[in-house]
Amino acid sequence: MPIAMSHTINLSVNGERHRVVVDHYDTPLLYILRDDLKLKGTRFGCGSGQCGACTVLVDGAAIRSCETPAWSVEGRSITTIEGLGTLARMHPLQSSIIEQQAGQCGYCLSGIIMSAAALVEKDHEPSRDKILAALDKNLCRCGAHNRIVGAIERAWREETRS
Amino acid sequence: MTAAQPLPWSLRQNPRLGQWVSFADAGIARVFTAKVELGQGILTAMAQIAAEELRLPLAQIEVVSGDTRFSPDESYTAGSMSIEIGGTSLRIACAQARQTIVARAAAQLEVDAARLSIERGAILRDGKDSGLNYWKVAPEIDWNQTVDGEVELGEPSAAQYIGRSLGRVDLPPKVTGAAFVQDLELPGMLHARVLRPPTPDAHLISLDRSRAEALAGVVKLSVSGDFVGVVCEREFQAVKALEALSTGAKWAGEESFAIDQDWKRSLPRLRSIDSHIEHGEAGALPAGVKRVSATYSKPPLAHASMGPSCAVASFEGDALRIWSHTQGVFPLRAALAKALRIDEQRITVMHTQGAGCYGHNGADDVALDAALLAREVAPHPVRVQWMRGDELAWSPFSSPMVVKIDGAVTPDGKIADWSSEIWSGPHGRRPNRHGVELLAAAHIDPPIPFAEVHEDMNLFAGGARNSEPTYELAHRRILLHSLPGLPFRTSALRTLGGYANVFAVESFIDEMADAIGIDPIGFRLRNLSDSRARRVIESAVQMSRWEPNEPRGTGRAAGIGFARYKTTAAYVAVVANVDVAEQVRVTKVHCAVDAGLAINPDGIVNQIEGGIIQAISWTLKEQASFGPSGVTTRSWDQYPILRFDEVPAVEVRLIDQPDLPPLGVGEASCGPAGAAVVNAVARALDRRVRDLPLTREQIIATTA
Repeated sequence: MPIAMSHTINLSVNGERHRVVVDHYDTPLLYILRDDLKLKGTRFGCGSGQCGACTVLVDGAAIRSCETPAWSVEGRSITTIEGLGTLARMHPLQSSIIEQQAGQCGYCLSGIIMSAAALVEKDHEPSRDKILAALDKNLCRCGAHNRIVGAIERAWREETRS
Repeated sequence: MTAAQPLPWSLRQNPRLGQWVSFADAGIARVFTAKVELGQGILTAMAQIAAEELRLPLAQIEVVSGDTRFSPDESYTAGSMSIEIGGTSLRIACAQARQTIVARAAAQLEVDAARLSIERGAILRDGKDSGLNYWKVAPEIDWNQTVDGEVELGEPSAAQYIGRSLGRVDLPPKVTGAAFVQDLELPGMLHARVLRPPTPDAHLISLDRSRAEALAGVVKLSVSGDFVGVVCEREFQAVKALEALSTGAKWAGEESFAIDQDWKRSLPRLRSIDSHIEHGEAGALPAGVKRVSATYSKPPLAHASMGPSCAVASFEGDALRIWSHTQGVFPLRAALAKALRIDEQRITVMHTQGAGCYGHNGADDVALDAALLAREVAPHPVRVQWMRGDELAWSPFSSPMVVKIDGAVTPDGKIADWSSEIWSGPHGRRPNRHGVELLAAAHIDPPIPFAEVHEDMNLFAGGARNSEPTYELAHRRILLHSLPGLPFRTSALRTLGGYANVFAVESFIDEMADAIGIDPIGFRLRNLSDSRARRVIESAVQMSRWEPNEPRGTGRAAGIGFARYKTTAAYVAVVANVDVAEQVRVTKVHCAVDAGLAINPDGIVNQIEGGIIQAISWTLKEQASFGPSGVTTRSWDQYPILRFDEVPAVEVRLIDQPDLPPLGVGEASCGPAGAAVVNAVARALDRRVRDLPLTREQIIATTA
């Protein structure tokens, strides 16, 4: 007999409230975002917070959703890549990444953009060192690092010019 | 300019015009390729090629890529051949389609074809609408005609799309939401995980099913031989069920795994199958030559893709559909048919993009995992994604390699003799090449074991790739000891053996230069007559302002690496600057590339930069390791890769050669980058490290 132990979790994601029922109390936020809310831009990379592919914002701070139990962020404001910007209306970080062609496979990019978003929210023109520190928990395997850092450096400058 | 003869392989295999181009839908030209997007930008480059030769705006081109229902069978997307072979094939086919349609229109209009031109697909006569267009005339031409290459290709100087750095068409969705096979969502889709044995030889003795079956959402637990899979309603349920299964499984033979990881010592002791090539005469050497001899080693490496391998499969009746990030939809289909014992014609494989692919990773294996489990729960689609540990431990590794070179150099700096021996496991064990070659097939009951594979230098030997230097050599002999019996699976990783061979060859070139006291740049140029090779070396040195006679052993230095990839593809020279203290830090890289005609210059630069950074990561940090219970490098802290704050600035100069054929670049910079770092470290320390990676431990072991 399956053990029926369901838990209700209330989340606020990209400005919308969601009520989700899970059967494992420790279900990480990542799986709820992807499977229940169908927000697939947040990606599984390692499941242990070592690669940053699953990064989202919680009250403006970058966290790894693969190792964050969903219950621990109830009532907080969660932002995913879909909430940052859309194809039609990109966030300056997203459009700068495209402008600089700062990616190859792109699997790591949404997590990197979210890590950078936490930084530029507070500091529109961060120094290179601050960008590197903000990306300390993100990995890229294709070798697009320099373009990515360059795109983050330029994102706000070009935004304020236009 | 007319198309080069002989025609590229893809065209010879798929000679009918209709296999490449279709005007079935009004306003759109659909072009077909089996070359797939791996993050290298191939979809964009193919669209540029088609737009150019069909004289259509990019918006009117639709690229259909890697779908067994529509694509020409071009085998794999591999070996930096997509542009050279696949792109050139598409270009010729598009040119022939345009010319055939224009000729037909000219006949209908009773005018000379020279008076006709194309604008947005409309056929203009003397610049005015003729009432005809591609879509009206297309039904009247023979789409079964053979593409013969007797066509005029667009002139590069007049090109509108080829040669332009157009933005990648696949990038915007990737930074805004769902984009990958990992993100696919189908109605009724279930989620599954597979429990792997601890080592390749372990067998399942017993499995406690009860704990997993008691968990919520478990739909099916499937056990066949040593294959254990669990299908659940939701993904995290499958992760939890896998944990429960893992603690309840007992395996035999899991402690049997042992290999000496001092590769220089262990590989030459393994059983080998030998083959060699020899060019020139081994004559008497002139008086005063210096003999040089050195042996180099490289450990096994993991693909270490950011996204663990994933596939979705669904059975409807006996028809199987697979969504996969495979590099070869047709070979995968053939291997799946054998493993599942079903008719190949009942299987559709649709390429769906995955995380970065650098060779034969777990993409094909996970497709069989998904198919086996989808059959158990038909008609539900099943999505399987590997866990991080599976990806690092069960994707094929690149083989460890040992390269020993013996050479002779004259006092005036000419290489007088070259003889090398290579010990390497196989680099080409892709599905359906030597057998089924899929992981789960070797675990199910009855099993279809992996074939025993070795390479032959006279046929195809990935282990010998780039072992023949581009330098002028009066005599060279290369002996490959191919090792079929490594206790872990090895296959294609970016460059195959090219990375290890270029590292060895270019280290050895520096060692020869040192032996006679000539600077490494002068020594290379003295032994190179190929002007394109000389030019990339001179460019990289000039960009870096390197002064090769700087003092050694100061902890800071530059070094050079050069190769023409596969000895037939792009020319790349790299100068790397390093700072050696506690660790090796690469501080700056300059690179010059000659890739012939550049279809998308920024795409090339992006690939070259990525290859350099990945190779620096291999060179400084990476090695897969093994313990008695199997692979011990199963997470990012056990298998570290280069991090953001360790990446050097990279400057690339592209030497455009619009009148020469395009050459593949995806793998071209890895070997030269690794060699440049190694040579720079040798100068910084005034002591050479010949065993990779250049970790602190390795450097201490060498300099102690």
